[in-house]
Amino acid sequence: MLTLSLILIPAIASLLLPFIKGEITKTIAFVVALAELAVALFAISQFSPDIVTPQFAYDYPWIASMGVHFSGGMDGISMLLVLLTTILTPLIVLSTFGYSYNHSSAFYALILLMEAALIGVFTSQDAFVFYLFWEAALIPVYFLAAIWGGEKRIAITFKFFIYTIFGSLFMLVALVYLYMQTPGSHSSAIADIYKVALDSHTQSWVFWALFIAFAIKMPIFPFHTWQPDTYTESPTPATMLLSGIMLKMGIYGVIRWLLPIVPAGVAQWSTTVIILSIIGIIYGSIIAIQQKDLKKLLAYSSFAHVGLMAAGVFSLTLKGMQGAVIQMLAHGINVVGLFFVAEIIQRRLRTRDIDRMGGITQNTPVLTVFFMILMLGSVALPLTNGFVGEFLLLSGVYEFNHWYGAIAGLTIIFGAVYMLKMFQGVMFGEQNHWTEKVTDITLTESAVLLPLVVLVFWMGVAPGSFLKLTEPAVIQILQLATGK
Amino acid sequence: MLPIIVLSISGIVTLFLGFLKSRWILMPLTLLFILAAIVGVLLDKNGISPYAGAFPTMLSTDNVSIAFSGIILLAALFIVPLSRYYANQENAQPAEYYAILLFSLVGALMMTSYENLIMLFVGLEILSISMYILTGSDKDNLRSGEAALKYFLMGSFATGILLFGVALVYGATGGFDLHMIANYVRNSGNISPMLYLGLSIMLIGILFKLSIAPFHFWTPDVYDGAPSVFTAFMSTIVKTAGFAALYKILSVSFSDLYGFWWVCLAITTIATLIIGNITAVYQTSFKRMLAYSSISHAGYLLMAVTTFNAYSQKAIIFYSLAYALSTITAFGVLIIVEQTANDKYEAFNGLGKRAPLLAFVNTVAMCSLAGMPLTAGFIGKFFVFTSAADNDMVWIMIIAILMSAVGFYYYFRVIIAMYMRPAIESDVDNEVVVPGIYRTVLMLATLLTILFGLAPDLLTALF
Repeated sequence: MLTLSLILIPAIASLLLPFIKGEITKTIAFVVALAELAVALFAISQFSPDIVTPQFAYDYPWIASMGVHFSGGMDGISMLLVLLTTILTPLIVLSTFGYSYNHSSAFYALILLMEAALIGVFTSQDAFVFYLFWEAALIPVYFLAAIWGGEKRIAITFKFFIYTIFGSLFMLVALVYLYMQTPGSHSSAIADIYKVALDSHTQSWVFWALFIAFAIKMPIFPFHTWQPDTYTESPTPATMLLSGIMLKMGIYGVIRWLLPIVPAGVAQWSTTVIILSIIGIIYGSIIAIQQKDLKKLLAYSSFAHVGLMAAGVFSLTLKGMQGAVIQMLAHGINVVGLFFVAEIIQRRLRTRDIDRMGGITQNTPVLTVFFMILMLGSVALPLTNGFVGEFLLLSGVYEFNHWYGAIAGLTIIFGAVYMLKMFQGVMFGEQNHWTEKVTDITLTESAVLLPLVVLVFWMGVAPGSFLKLTEPAVIQILQLATGK
Repeated sequence: MLPIIVLSISGIVTLFLGFLKSRWILMPLTLLFILAAIVGVLLDKNGISPYAGAFPTMLSTDNVSIAFSGIILLAALFIVPLSRYYANQENAQPAEYYAILLFSLVGALMMTSYENLIMLFVGLEILSISMYILTGSDKDNLRSGEAALKYFLMGSFATGILLFGVALVYGATGGFDLHMIANYVRNSGNISPMLYLGLSIMLIGILFKLSIAPFHFWTPDVYDGAPSVFTAFMSTIVKTAGFAALYKILSVSFSDLYGFWWVCLAITTIATLIIGNITAVYQTSFKRMLAYSSISHAGYLLMAVTTFNAYSQKAIIFYSLAYALSTITAFGVLIIVEQTANDKYEAFNGLGKRAPLLAFVNTVAMCSLAGMPLTAGFIGKFFVFTSAADNDMVWIMIIAILMSAVGFYYYFRVIIAMYMRPAIESDVDNEVVVPGIYRTVLMLATLLTILFGLAPDLLTALF
């Protein structure tokens, strides 16, 4: 029931919100998102990580004649991602305070709808419910980006939309096929789909049908071409949703809906995927170094980071998987913080061009501190959250193959290069006549950044509690995926 | 049987009602007649109708034919109110128009419940001739006349071909009765080649009516030229009746020849899916896009016929209904938009602001046609794909999926126009008026689309 209420609270709120007009919608959305966080925190307090079967489960017949059940529940991995979603959503809503969007009731309704769909994706225990939420998560963010985005938004977001739909439809083929392979009168419950044993030839194509959907969502090289432009042109709240949470749908999909279902297919293709991921890491980093546009730079850095997460998952080692799971949380926190910093600067300077910035730090001591901590988290400095994830990920990939591990390790150096270069270019140096008048961050803006910064340290100093939450679930997935 | 009787009588009555001074009464009366026919269907279903078992060798009432009849009458119930603008024109002849509409429904119902090839032919002719007239009924519009002429020439050509096929099948089997043909196919060890030829030719005739590629060339011009109400009629009721007829003859008479006909249908399915979807992308007019989209949806339906297994029946029925609901909504919106501007995509620009309700229902319709989850269209597609996966026809499924992705492109162009582009300046001052009856129809169709998308069992429990 707890899981269902996590989906229903934002969903119902998002249906009611359009009937309310005016500034109050912002506050209502924030309160709903906070209530949602409270429910999620309550769930985590009741949660026992050692039980690997889904907890707080619900199950209702949906299309009874087809054996499709509306069912969901949470294990450790789901719990962690639900936590990520429920922490970030109120902060994303809060980040829009003091800045008004047209048709604000629709704007906040879409954000809450997105939250409901994301939680649905992370908790569903039935293939078609998963697909339903997967698609449902796309619609709100597409409208957010396409209605409130920048100048070239229509063409760019349309490309994004068609690209991801194209991938999801392949996933639908695979899911329908798997569903038809379940014995008896068929069932689309995840437990039954896990039991389907396909021959290795079939697994090979099912692997790609599923993987393309996830790879486009993450995105992995060469499926990433929609990503930088979409991140740049979207309004920042949508960018935060895309990079902070929606990107994790791809990784989560791989962990839950790919590895255990087609283990032979994964064994066959994991090297290919890891090589693609590493190409993505290097390629994304090199382009990020060249970028002059703040948001675009962060978009490419996000692309590089997700490559490492994918490589870690496909290494099929406990370290790699645990690293990917913890990094999903860490990256979500860091990237949302960094995009918000970019937004703060853009609100003041009306530009994202790094060349026109510089010397901002002289007027903004508080912003500098927040920005630096988030930036250091992103370059994986020890004692920050990025370090835990990247360390585990790299040792996982290293375990898989020493050379791949070594090349993927370049990400730390590259990451430091583009992040420090950006920080230097934006904050230090000579002031120019634009940056002279920059004011420091407001109270609401620091209210967004403060929790993020606290989490950066908390996860960096005491990663154990987070790792313990997901370990049993990860071990179970690994057992299914490797047969050990 | 009962609904056919009801509709025939009420059609004749409506013709005489044309003498009345008060024309406004015609539409409510027509709706009432259709409702009576729906009651007739329900009585037939429960076996309490006095004519339930009459003429069993000519017309039958099984669950499938009742489901299709229900869809056809429901669609008619939604389309009749949409003809308001048209029937109120100065030189319109509303009595004739409503009468012909009722007669065409008689034909459509005969096509869903025939037991004899003669009845199929008679039903098809009743439906087609009514449609020729309705297509050309906008007498002052040259394009309407052109469409009617094209439709008439192509349609009578197709009917001729169908009749030729029926004659060959008769020659081979010695009967028109569906079960007699089935017996011949099952029991005669040496099937006459004439039967194969006859079946192929009959299939061509029916596929022609269903606008399946490569027999689809007439469709865009006819759909585009006809008044939008009748385009809605053609693309829902005629299609549903045609698929009911196709499914019936294949499942009753020729199920033992599956190995022969599935190849023909598989090839045409793929051609239809590809041609319908790809060509729809290049259209600049919403109406013409809907014409091509109707071709592509015929492709998905044909895919379910091609797979021919335990799932196909449910798939065809559900898909027909989902498609009919969304298509009617789309045409309803189009009719209103046409009053203010034209049928180009640009006419929809800024509709989200100018008429939020219209934009919303059209968005749901487009999502359903594209196959977005939570709408009936998705469940329909899901059933169709399931039936393909059950036959291991994964390759057809993959083509269908790729084409669905293309579909998202052209359906969402409308949504983009409605919500993201500002209205064209010349249109801004034209207020978009949504008459109450349109509002009712559109809301009801949208509600059903969402309802069947959320709880498909409500519908599947019925048949």
